[in-house]
Amino acid sequence: MDVTLKVKRFDPETDEAAHFEEYQVDLPEYGAVLDGLLAIRDEQDGSLSMRCSCRSAICGSCAMKINGKSRLACKTMVSQLKELEGDVISVEPMGNQPVIKDLVVNMDMFWDKVNAVQPYLRPEGPVPEKEYLVSNESMMELAVAMNCIMCGACVSDCTVLEVDKSFLGPAALAKAFRFAGDPRDGHKEERLQLYTEPNGVWDCTRCFMCVSACPKDVAPMERIMDVRAMAMEAGLVNTRGARHVDAFASSVKHSGRLNELNLALKTFGFIRAGIDLAPMGIRRLFKRRLPPLMHKKIATAKNIARLFDKLGV
Amino acid sequence: MRQHEVVIIGGGLAGMRAAQKAQEMGADVAMISKIYPTRSHSAAAQGGVQAAVSENDSWESHAYDTVKGSDYLGDQDAIEILCYEAPGDIYALERMGVIFNRNDDGTIDARAFGGTSVNRTCFVADQTGQVLLHVMWEQLLKSGLTTYSEWFVTKLLVEDNKIAGCVALEIPTGRVEVFRAKAIVLATGGIGQVYNPTTNGLVVTADGQALAYQAGATLMDMEAVQHHPTTMQANGVLITEGARGEGAYLLNSNGERFMEKYAPNMKELASRDVVSRAETMEIREGRGVNGCVLLDLRHLGRDLIMTKLAQIYELARDYANTNILEAPVPIQPGHHYIMGGIKTDVDGRTWDITGENRWAGVEGLFAAGECANVSVHGGNRLGGNSLLDTIVFGKRSGAGATEYANSIDWAPISEDAALADEESGIKAIFDRPSDGLRSSALRFEMGKSMNDGIAVFRTEEGMTQTLNTVRDIKGRFPNVSVQNKGRVFNTDLLSVLELGYMLDVAEVIAVSAINRKESRGAHAREDYPDRNDEEYLKHTIVHRGKNGDPALDYLPVTMTKWEPQVRSY
Repeated sequence: MDVTLKVKRFDPETDEAAHFEEYQVDLPEYGAVLDGLLAIRDEQDGSLSMRCSCRSAICGSCAMKINGKSRLACKTMVSQLKELEGDVISVEPMGNQPVIKDLVVNMDMFWDKVNAVQPYLRPEGPVPEKEYLVSNESMMELAVAMNCIMCGACVSDCTVLEVDKSFLGPAALAKAFRFAGDPRDGHKEERLQLYTEPNGVWDCTRCFMCVSACPKDVAPMERIMDVRAMAMEAGLVNTRGARHVDAFASSVKHSGRLNELNLALKTFGFIRAGIDLAPMGIRRLFKRRLPPLMHKKIATAKNIARLFDKLGV
Repeated sequence: MRQHEVVIIGGGLAGMRAAQKAQEMGADVAMISKIYPTRSHSAAAQGGVQAAVSENDSWESHAYDTVKGSDYLGDQDAIEILCYEAPGDIYALERMGVIFNRNDDGTIDARAFGGTSVNRTCFVADQTGQVLLHVMWEQLLKSGLTTYSEWFVTKLLVEDNKIAGCVALEIPTGRVEVFRAKAIVLATGGIGQVYNPTTNGLVVTADGQALAYQAGATLMDMEAVQHHPTTMQANGVLITEGARGEGAYLLNSNGERFMEKYAPNMKELASRDVVSRAETMEIREGRGVNGCVLLDLRHLGRDLIMTKLAQIYELARDYANTNILEAPVPIQPGHHYIMGGIKTDVDGRTWDITGENRWAGVEGLFAAGECANVSVHGGNRLGGNSLLDTIVFGKRSGAGATEYANSIDWAPISEDAALADEESGIKAIFDRPSDGLRSSALRFEMGKSMNDGIAVFRTEEGMTQTLNTVRDIKGRFPNVSVQNKGRVFNTDLLSVLELGYMLDVAEVIAVSAINRKESRGAHAREDYPDRNDEEYLKHTIVHRGKNGDPALDYLPVTMTKWEPQVRSY
């Protein structure tokens, strides 16, 4: 199978800017993009640098952007790409992280964020002589998050990190879920406090990019939602995110539509909303996009309220 | 120059466990790994880890199964320690956070595996190694271990046959530095890339075995190379023994469960060497399917497969285009593991503390995990015993290294000379013409030759041919060149250094294999088909001789309570 790979190259010692180079390789039927890159490195250009090891989607080394999407090179089959996305395959380093050389990025920030969620079990109370007795179900619920191989694909495609580098990000927060949800851990509340602080779970915009990028079905965004739910359940309702959720639901329940002004006031508080959101309000005023000062119910608001009652929320 | 009392080289399970233990004991310890620790090949272990945690089990039974699995080449004192300490270490890992599958009463569940008399393999679905590796890594984040990730060790520094430190290259910058140490623990894993194909990752390049050998330590039983019965044809990737543990069948082209013929009692769950030989016989006698036999999981049902074998469902789909719910997947024996390695005692020491010099070693140098040979696996390793080996002997070598470091003074070290030596070595490689011999071509030639000559069945002629090829490649190696002459993340240069390591180790494997004129465990010779306890119930040991060639010798096997018997499954 003949394949054209367009690979983004950058050598900080000789290049001023990154550039694409094209390579033709011949691969077996079940060749992965990684096989193509290895063929380039072994047979054509030994100077190509990338991280890779296991070839079976478990070591997490070879995440990169393939045709613009973050994926594992070893798990992305060339034949499928050719069929669905065209004959020329582009390969670039991951996003949201600085490039060291070619397809290798500096992951220091990634590891720092993971480390920031206290990613280790912290049991309390008497230590059993043998194992902690817990149900199989409780362990297998964590297996979803434990599937994470720390490849960074989710972080690479995260749209929040694109504009705000201080967000903890999908990989770290999926790891956070793994500990907040572990019945053996003794610091659930402290963890939930930590994870709901600014830059934590409430900063996710639910764009789904991490869910589609994750090669191990961890679905980081779902895990972030799990942590949000745990936090609300634990009574951590006085955070911006929680207030936002409450205000949103209450507005829709009572009027059938969103009261944007009230949402901002309830989420941020009267004074902070005035300070933080005033510039945006003024911009919107000039563009005639300011929400109405008088909020009106929709005609069928009663039906909406009934739906809420039926759901018991 | 950097300085730590104990330096661990390798960031997989054995290395992290050694580092953890050393840290617990108060040592100034640092870990050097050529990759970020979670990338280590321990992650690829799928099926589980052996420990007699069930009520109907005992460590003695585990020990007997291991002795028998080793074809009586394992040292029984070491095997007793391995199996006795196993439950305690598994419980410790559970308390650190490993999410083992559970029984209804909340205790750790165990599945069947090859060569074991009861269900003894503790597991996390089919991703046990990954979970163990990540939990150990979490613990090191918790304790704040000093870790040098993406540093490649190029040399051990030895003064007066004592460890003084090592030289390492920081991969992202290309900078070379000297690490001063009182004790060094090698935990670098296997030799996978010496073979092609292999189940092992691309980073598994015999680094520790070669570093130890070049520094004067002993390699033992290097002919004991294991081929796993179920690997995929396209790229050599592993399908877990857990599949057969959960009840999968092996079928030939006539649809027969051929293992009934070769191992009437254990069938598919005979030990790995037995199953790999049976598969090879079926394929040779014309009952294969395109060079493979078939692994049939269909009768296990969707629920079991999707909960306990989900990873191999994906692997078979991606790399063999097979939906294992609907069709059997073609598999073949493929290189997987080396039982042999750096000769150590049960505390990881590479030198002989009796002072009798029964084998060559380096004082202050320790080894654990696949790169070491304690020897608990002997001629053939049982599935699930390698993870256990890393956990138990990683811990013991970390303790051994700390005790040793506490007992001695720093050895003298000449930093400038070591750095100059390393820089001139790199310069010599860079100075060769860019269009010269490629390391990839030589690596491929070596891998094919090893797989042709020293695989499931072996003959004098085939092995000699392999040895000649390896020596021929060694002759050409000094002319290998690189196309990348920069310092930043130069994997071209690393490939050359790794090939140098692998060639030394390939030669030792070939020499050891030719020398053992019998069949034992994974070393099955067509010209000597029987086990010969009279002449060969002993370990092969090799150190680098004065002329640079491997020098052979022997050590007795330690027996405690199990006399050699005929081995049948």
